Amino acid sequence: MKQLVKFILHDILKNKIVISYTILLALFSWSVFSLEDTSSKGILTMLNIILLTVPLVSILFSTIYIYNCTEFVELLLSQPIQRKKIWISLFTGLLISFIVAFILGAGIPILLFVPIELAFMMNSIGIIISSVFVSLAFFSSIVTRDKARGIGISVLLWLYFALLFDGIVLFLLFQFAEYPIEKLMVGLTASSPIDLARILILLQLDVSAMMGYTGAIFKDIFGTTKGLICSFTFLLLWILIPFLFSLRIFKRRDL
Amino acid sequence: MIDLIDVNKHFGKLQALIGINARFIEGECIALIGPNGCGKTTLIKSILGMVIPDSGDVLINGKSIENQFEYRKQIGYMPQLGRYPQNMTIGQVISMIQTIRTDVKMCDTELLEKFSLTEMYDKKMHTLSGGTTQKVSATLAFLFNPKILILDEPTAGLDPLAADILKDKIIQEKKNGKLILITSHLLDELDELITQVIYMQDGEIVFHKNVSDLNSETGTTRVSRAISQILKTRIHETIS
Repeated sequence: MKQLVKFILHDILKNKIVISYTILLALFSWSVFSLEDTSSKGILTMLNIILLTVPLVSILFSTIYIYNCTEFVELLLSQPIQRKKIWISLFTGLLISFIVAFILGAGIPILLFVPIELAFMMNSIGIIISSVFVSLAFFSSIVTRDKARGIGISVLLWLYFALLFDGIVLFLLFQFAEYPIEKLMVGLTASSPIDLARILILLQLDVSAMMGYTGAIFKDIFGTTKGLICSFTFLLLWILIPFLFSLRIFKRRDL
Repeated sequence: MIDLIDVNKHFGKLQALIGINARFIEGECIALIGPNGCGKTTLIKSILGMVIPDSGDVLINGKSIENQFEYRKQIGYMPQLGRYPQNMTIGQVISMIQTIRTDVKMCDTELLEKFSLTEMYDKKMHTLSGGTTQKVSATLAFLFNPKILILDEPTAGLDPLAADILKDKIIQEKKNGKLILITSHLLDELDELITQVIYMQDGEIVFHKNVSDLNSETGTTRVSRAISQILKTRIHETIS
């Protein structure tokens, strides 16, 4: 399995897209932190990169990469290798590339410019969000054999989590403002990894006042250590469940 | 060596394999023949675990292959259309498979040299012609001295010279007592190789016979004639 991961990492490296992504992330984060006069402004810009750009690149590249690996997977399947191992190696390879890309590109400047506690939080959120969207890529590429459709599902998933979900929450908030739906809103937030991540960072930033009505409730529930652990667990589930689902299908799939 | 017990498989509405029962023993060279889409490749792929049967079981050396993978150490597989990572070179593909197969120390590189693939080691897979890709597939199938060889249309796309090299290799491996499973439409080519014939149609085995029995039943000396004669009589029977 180590060999397989090595082959995949080598292949991704040769592909150069992840390298360019790292360089772009680095260029962007260094310029954000050196141009903005207050670091909090820079932090908010970085937050947007972590919550919008990182997921998009992770899910799109991974989906296309998984489809392009069909031949590689087929070749390996006639060899004495467990199916499970092939799929897990592919996942590990993509995970490592995106985590390393994030740390090298955005992680290091964040550690240098941001107060240490918040820097760690932003780094772990960036790593987790990358992983979640790599995992979602496995989900969308296993549900259909059609490459165009698979990539389409990935784009839709990103659109939904990055843009639409917020709109739905706001809509509900306004429509049902007169009812006690605070708990429901918190539950709803757990169903979107990007929202979970955003709230975790905003709480650290102590701008929860900016989050308005629900901010206070989120502070109540997420602010405590228990809340932190809870939301991290949700995020880990977001990494595990889509991948395990795809693994289950892959194990039974005809090739 | 290989036992197929009541194997069924369907793809959507299409019933690809219907109650397949067969037994293949070492030292035999079995030809799997039948019209396009009759389930030959599906049958081969279910032995390899690439297609998972709906019901029934495949046993290799008496052990079910369900959720197993170690048994594939004994199988060399040459696919009908070898698909390889496009941006890897021939050399990279071969050395990759070699690093994965740490269980085999001695590799059989005869075909690699005879097909003069070593001279093309730096060529990328996507630049290769269909025939050269087939040569790579053949080389990989024989590389690890497997006890069972499964060859899906081995000579399709090969030039006559390369086809001869491959045929000699198959004959040689047969003499070494290996089990060889081969599918082909070119019946004439198979004459000197095979000891048994399986004829499939619409996902079912129509007959599974020894070549000697087949020839004496039909009074011919060539497998190709014998089979066409059987088919003609079968058509007659269904009409009348």
